[in-house]
Amino acid sequence: MSTASGNYYLPHVARWPIVGSIGLFTMLGGFSLKLIGVGAGAFFMALGALIIIGMMFGWFGEVIREGLQGLYNDQVERSFRWGMIWFIASEVMFFACFFGSLLYIRMYVIPWLGGEGTTGVGEFTNMLWPDFAPEWPTNGPARIGGEFEPMGAWGIPALNTLILLSSGVTVTWAHWGLLKNNRPQFVKGLIATIALGFTFVLFQAYEYYHAYTEMGLTLGAGIYGSTFFMLTGFHGMHVTIGAIFLTVVLLRALRGHFDAEHHFAFEAAAWYWHFVDVVWLGLFIFVYWL
Amino acid sequence: MATVADTHGVEHEHGPAKGIMRWITTTNHKDIGTLYLCFAMAMFLVGGLMALIIRAELYQPGLQLVDPHFFNQMTTLHALIMVFGAVMPAFAGFANWMLPPMIGAPDMALPRMNNWSFWVLPFAATMLVITLFLDGGAVASGWTLYPPLVLQMGDSLPFTIFTVHLLGLSSIMASINIIVTIFNLRAPGMTMMKMPMFVWTWLITAFLLILVMPVLAGGVTMLLTDKYFDTSFFDAAGGGDPVLFQHIFWFFGHPEVYIIVLPAFGIISHVIPVFSRKPLFGKNSMVFATAVIGILSMIVWAHHQYTVGMPVPAELYFMYATMLIAVPTGVKVFNWLATMWKGSLTFETPMLHAMGFLVLFVFGGFTGIMMSQAPADLYYHDNYFIVAHFHYTLVGGGVWGIFAGFFFWLPKWTGRMYDERLGKLHFWLSFLGFNLLFMPQHFLGLAGMPRRIPDYAVQFTEFNQMSTVGAFIFGFSQLLLIYIAYKAIKGEGEKATDEVWEGAKSHGLEWNLPSPMPYHHSFEGVNIGKAIEDE
Repeated sequence: MSTASGNYYLPHVARWPIVGSIGLFTMLGGFSLKLIGVGAGAFFMALGALIIIGMMFGWFGEVIREGLQGLYNDQVERSFRWGMIWFIASEVMFFACFFGSLLYIRMYVIPWLGGEGTTGVGEFTNMLWPDFAPEWPTNGPARIGGEFEPMGAWGIPALNTLILLSSGVTVTWAHWGLLKNNRPQFVKGLIATIALGFTFVLFQAYEYYHAYTEMGLTLGAGIYGSTFFMLTGFHGMHVTIGAIFLTVVLLRALRGHFDAEHHFAFEAAAWYWHFVDVVWLGLFIFVYWL
Repeated sequence: MATVADTHGVEHEHGPAKGIMRWITTTNHKDIGTLYLCFAMAMFLVGGLMALIIRAELYQPGLQLVDPHFFNQMTTLHALIMVFGAVMPAFAGFANWMLPPMIGAPDMALPRMNNWSFWVLPFAATMLVITLFLDGGAVASGWTLYPPLVLQMGDSLPFTIFTVHLLGLSSIMASINIIVTIFNLRAPGMTMMKMPMFVWTWLITAFLLILVMPVLAGGVTMLLTDKYFDTSFFDAAGGGDPVLFQHIFWFFGHPEVYIIVLPAFGIISHVIPVFSRKPLFGKNSMVFATAVIGILSMIVWAHHQYTVGMPVPAELYFMYATMLIAVPTGVKVFNWLATMWKGSLTFETPMLHAMGFLVLFVFGGFTGIMMSQAPADLYYHDNYFIVAHFHYTLVGGGVWGIFAGFFFWLPKWTGRMYDERLGKLHFWLSFLGFNLLFMPQHFLGLAGMPRRIPDYAVQFTEFNQMSTVGAFIFGFSQLLLIYIAYKAIKGEGEKATDEVWEGAKSHGLEWNLPSPMPYHHSFEGVNIGKAIEDE
């Protein structure tokens, strides 16, 4: 282990963070304006998104160049690893919020709305909605959003489970290839993973299209629609980000950026990929199946 | 393991860049610490001004200065700005300045991200302040943002929600940086159990932030979709439940109060030993007590919701779990007292603030035990008793920790001793002003005065007038704090020695460094291994 103040690389200037802040401010401010009905909102939103994308190219590019110059010793790479681990931990908690909400609603709120409960809640809801039967799926006692058909588990969702689990295998196979310095295996594994990832996203898009056009299942379909689209939507977004992440890693792999010792970016992408994989298993069980 | 630090970095030695770009592009932990502290001070004044508007309105019964809707905007923004803009950034500033020197690290582990964690904040604050000028004004629901009320207001909701997202982003990045620095950048010989208390308390705080900020982000996102995208998370008609938001909010909100007070615990655990000229009593038990407080803080959240109609078993569970927190907190308080026992005590300004902290925080803790009782809390709920309670813990605990740390470390940062006479004056004005401000609010609450209302019944007048006078004394005495800092930064005052406080060298690595610490490479020429062993 090198000493803490030995050759630990410390950049002296950070040009991109302020660009990132301006981008975030422009994008989120624009989104807010759009939501309150100001026409220019959409423009600022797009502009902000472009600034953020530019910031990412610039910032990541700088880090990649420094990595290739060999400025990062093992200790710096360890910092990156710890950083990624705790970033994923925060993402886990973000999903925990929505899973927790789903379970709270299914275990407590729906029975209370159906007249159960000992603290007077039941009597009150019985008075408001005497004919509400507490069952899942539901769009609530007021039937918000009208008739809808819940999403079954054994069509596309089961297929998607298979796809994501397989992609977990292919990404590990790619990792093995990299560790053996077997570049063709590494690249093939990555391509397979990315292909599976984007296939998943396409299936998901088809499922959404089907839900909106034929099943009456929308974001506005009461609590079932809300939890369904919020959970699967944020997950789908994360799969897309993960697949883009892996694509960047693939492009770098084709340029020969990684070897058996130095491949933090690949590992980070693989960890992220396993994380979206595990979240999907939770979704499949609690959103689609049970 | 004793090695002389090798200070030859990759780049050549040079001082800070010139002009505004130095501050915008800096990756130096000392610069970023200064930015955080200046930002916190500015927000402290903005949030304080809002508090003074609230107190001025409450000087007399009836409506005189502001209309009720604006009053509610002030209570909401005061809380959000003080919590996210003043107190948390102040502790992040201390962490930036002091963590690397305390553990023998050259800087924070991820310096570019460190820059970003700070530079998100001014944009977030701007976005929040903009909402004051929108149709319908700023969010006026109280900082808890409870639906359905918060969904029935004007155009400020999306801006406020994205402000929360930005603040969360900043906190999470800062926390990741702190954890990584502590895990990966300790000097050889600095084992986990040798780490100073401020480092330990910040480590636990950072874990709490990473675990709860994303949950708040999820919760406010659901508010946004409920208002603009037809979802029914918090609408019973659609099968949702407004109480769900309260659970989500307090799952974040309760750990948040420990996020505010744990770093203060750390600072006090440094100040008391130095001015008692004794090592900290029961260091290991302090570490474990901090960890236990961190864990307990995450499983007691619903004691904020005793009145919403939870099932009785849930109320009982949250009541007992809450009371359990008194045990590790008691361990800490008794350890501080035991540290002072038979010490040769002196009461310079930092120690005065540490004593202020002990008195005020323990007082706030006791009223907390009163309110932890579910049946009793039905009576205390949503009146001035709770307002007094949490100001005693968050100001008496959090802000007094900041005061103590500020006077304790200012000489190490600037190389100049502050004006001791002015420091003491600031302490006494703040301490008396604060107690005059919040002590009467306990009685107002017990007598039944509700919180978040701009008007009150005439029998509450005297106590409210005392409270308002106290608020203005407390508020304006902070100008003194700025003046003291300004003088030290300008280089007026006596030159500080390296150890600053008598005998401090044996209390931590940071007191072996020159005052002020060099801009780069704090440890130039310092034998880190020897200093760690000497502790």
